[in-house]
Amino acid sequence: MPDRSTLLRVEHLRKVYESANGDVEAIGDISFTMRSGELVCIVGPSGCGKTTLLKCLAGLLRPTSGLVEMDGQPVTGPSPAMAVVFQEYGRSLYPWLTVRGNVELPLRHKRLSRAAREKLVTDAIEAVGLGHAGRSHPWQLSGGMQQRVAIARAIAYQPEVLIMDEPFAAVDAQTRADLEDLVRELHTTRGISVLFVTHDIDESVYLGERVLVLSASPTWVQEDLTVDLPAERDQISTRAMPRFTELRTHVYDQIQRAKRGQTVAP
Amino acid sequence: MTGHTARIANRSRGRALGRRVAAGFLYSLGLPFLLLVIWAVASTSSTNRFFPGPLTILEAFRETWIGPAFVDDVLPSLYRLALGIAASIVVGVAAGTLIGLFQWLRELLEPLLEFFRAIPPPVLIPVMMLLLGITDTMKVAVIVFGAVWPILLNTIDGVRSTDSVMSETADSFQITWWERLWFLVLPAASPRIMTGVRQGLSVALILMVISEMFASSAGLGYRIAYFQRNYLIAEMWSGILLLGLVGVLLAATFGVVERRVLRWYHGIREVNRA
Repeated sequence: MPDRSTLLRVEHLRKVYESANGDVEAIGDISFTMRSGELVCIVGPSGCGKTTLLKCLAGLLRPTSGLVEMDGQPVTGPSPAMAVVFQEYGRSLYPWLTVRGNVELPLRHKRLSRAAREKLVTDAIEAVGLGHAGRSHPWQLSGGMQQRVAIARAIAYQPEVLIMDEPFAAVDAQTRADLEDLVRELHTTRGISVLFVTHDIDESVYLGERVLVLSASPTWVQEDLTVDLPAERDQISTRAMPRFTELRTHVYDQIQRAKRGQTVAP
Repeated sequence: MTGHTARIANRSRGRALGRRVAAGFLYSLGLPFLLLVIWAVASTSSTNRFFPGPLTILEAFRETWIGPAFVDDVLPSLYRLALGIAASIVVGVAAGTLIGLFQWLRELLEPLLEFFRAIPPPVLIPVMMLLLGITDTMKVAVIVFGAVWPILLNTIDGVRSTDSVMSETADSFQITWWERLWFLVLPAASPRIMTGVRQGLSVALILMVISEMFASSAGLGYRIAYFQRNYLIAEMWSGILLLGLVGVLLAATFGVVERRVLRWYHGIREVNRA
């Protein structure tokens, strides 16, 4: 029974890639729901079709069968209700545009006054801590700062859900911690719903309110785990909590089992 | 105090830059100067009238080109050259973008393009003379017919190889068709387009001269052919010198435009090298 706060509903999603050498079943049968304002992490063994799932959700790829619903409406293509932050920031930002230009580009076709647009851009750039770099070009910034630009572009678009595809896989550990805290902060202060795909178990537990553990391909949801850590999190104390360690050990075990194929589809 | 030292640092940096520019200038002019000297020495000891010395040619240059000939011959040539280059860029980029974007168009046109590209443009001059008469339009058409190919083919390739993640980004933000063309496809293809334009420029200069050598009554190519037929050897050489200067000027102008248009591209390459 769908209630009003259900934001995203995925039912029996299946994706088969057809090729000359036979079909490859990337996603077997995935179902889950996400409520408005939630931060859900999706974690799974490598090669389990995380990116495929995400592209199906974002309307960039047509599922073979199954249903994706956003606010009760079936998703058949990209929608203004979602914004994607890609892993490859270097290829997702346009190097010929400035930071402001990149953030502004998706807003051009929205019916906004110039002042309103400018304000959205400025707000978003300041929210990710790049207020000073608006006139720089992306390639003049470090990797972590470039990913901040991509995040600013996504939040300026004012989506209902932010979809992030292993966004911090390509940055160093310290930058990664800062970016994780940025996502937590945007989530708590602005109430943005986030669907965060990662292969990093610690990251999924640290960030998420819920963690969906995926099985190996053909993929289904092996576990839907609620992370009962306090909402106020920081890199040192949260990660030192016994509960954090328990949860990460649990997820780690699940993934190991998934890799060995010791789990059975429901 | 700090302002003062900064000023000194600035001044000495400025001086260093000045020295570097001067050194580069001398360096690039050194070899031409040496060649001129060798030429002068060789031509004074030679009695061959087809190889006048550099001073004779410079004298002829001054007498021939500085004056009414500049208005009668040089300007019309440059005008046709500019028109031909502009038309080649517009046609090449517009057609190349469409062909690059639509696969069915590409499949339809590719054999035809290969055929037309293989025809050496000068052989079309008689045909164009019949069709268009001995007009400026004919000459511009000949220039376009040669210079458009590198621009067209490079644009097709550049447009086709738009990065997949950049495209997906545009898809996911539902960017409109025009925005996509203007903010993604064309800038992404611009390094390839500029490569095509650079190649097109030299073809255009060659065809400008050749188109004027047939049935023409004015222009640089016409003048050079005229001097050659009338054994005005020093004047002929001076025309060749002028052509060379036009080529250098064209390349320099292109360099300035290219650095502006592809500032981001050179910036990335610099960052990657560092």
